[in-house]
Amino acid sequence: MSFINYSSREINCKLVYYGPGLCGKTTNLQYIYNKTKPDAKGKMISLATETERTLFFDFLPLSLGEIRGFRTRFHLYTVPGQVFYDASRKLILKGVDGVCFVADSQMERMEANIESLENLRENLSEQGYELDKLPYTIQYNKRDLPSVVPVAELSEVLNPTKVPEFEAVATTGVGVFDTLKAMAKGVLTELRRGS
Amino acid sequence: MNSLNAQIVMYEDEVRQIQACSHQLHQDSRARAILVVDKNGQLIASAGAASELDTTSLSSLVAGNVAATGGIAKLIEEEEFTGQFHEGKGISVHMTIVGRRVILVVLFDKNTTHGLVRLRVKKATQQLERILEEVAKKAKTPKVNVFAEITDADIDNLFND
Repeated sequence: MSFINYSSREINCKLVYYGPGLCGKTTNLQYIYNKTKPDAKGKMISLATETERTLFFDFLPLSLGEIRGFRTRFHLYTVPGQVFYDASRKLILKGVDGVCFVADSQMERMEANIESLENLRENLSEQGYELDKLPYTIQYNKRDLPSVVPVAELSEVLNPTKVPEFEAVATTGVGVFDTLKAMAKGVLTELRRGS
Repeated sequence: MNSLNAQIVMYEDEVRQIQACSHQLHQDSRARAILVVDKNGQLIASAGAASELDTTSLSSLVAGNVAATGGIAKLIEEEEFTGQFHEGKGISVHMTIVGRRVILVVLFDKNTTHGLVRLRVKKATQQLERILEEVAKKAKTPKVNVFAEITDADIDNLFND
């Protein structure tokens, strides 16, 4: 749910990175944080366990510049991927404007991807959203690893509606900004349609 | 989409009123800073020493905190915990949910007492509720979409650097 403030002439939008445990959601945010100019970003907050697994969420505020006299600000969130943190995931989806599903391309994580995508759909519908009606992007991460599933196959299983999809290696930044841009574009296009 | 997922649009009038209410509360309660935060973590207004704080991060964490507490309430079949208090050595934080939509955050130190803060917050909450009702009413009337004119080039330009 975007927040338009006519007083400060700002648009604020919430983007959420979703996906199975250890798929690279936090790594996406870390790369964006490291590569963004200091004046365009706020502090990155990670509520993580001692072993650096996301416990509640990561948060990164980005300011992208002006559009028709309104400053556009995007609040990037990740969810905790581990199955048992489902209650927390539901909370983070509240008020979401755009979703990126980060899939782990490794063969052995295929089932986890499918399970997490189903979980995303269910949790969104509990909040009154439909995944197919939201600005939505898919990222196939970890393309540099040896046991990856071919993109065509991933796409067939995880992206039947053919939303924008990107190959990525979040650790080195490949595909990270392409994914973010597509997500931001989707949200702004939706705003133009007046929803 | 349910009503809580609807877009929030704040016009200058209401923001000014919320701002005035925050300033009044800041003076009356002798608090360090006041933040008015939307439940999704966006800052709406602030008063006092807020400029010395990282209000963006604070707003997001406050909203996360309130959301988590709301989750606990749901699990134990309590409708909502309307208030929260975190006591620190130097600074304490008092949070109140107003009109089910926004969170009124008061950061205060030894300059005042929790009792005074609670008393003043009660008064401010009533005022804020009235303003928020106005915001909700305005949201129901059809409005001109100022973003209808956005072009693909406008969107692309955001990513040029």
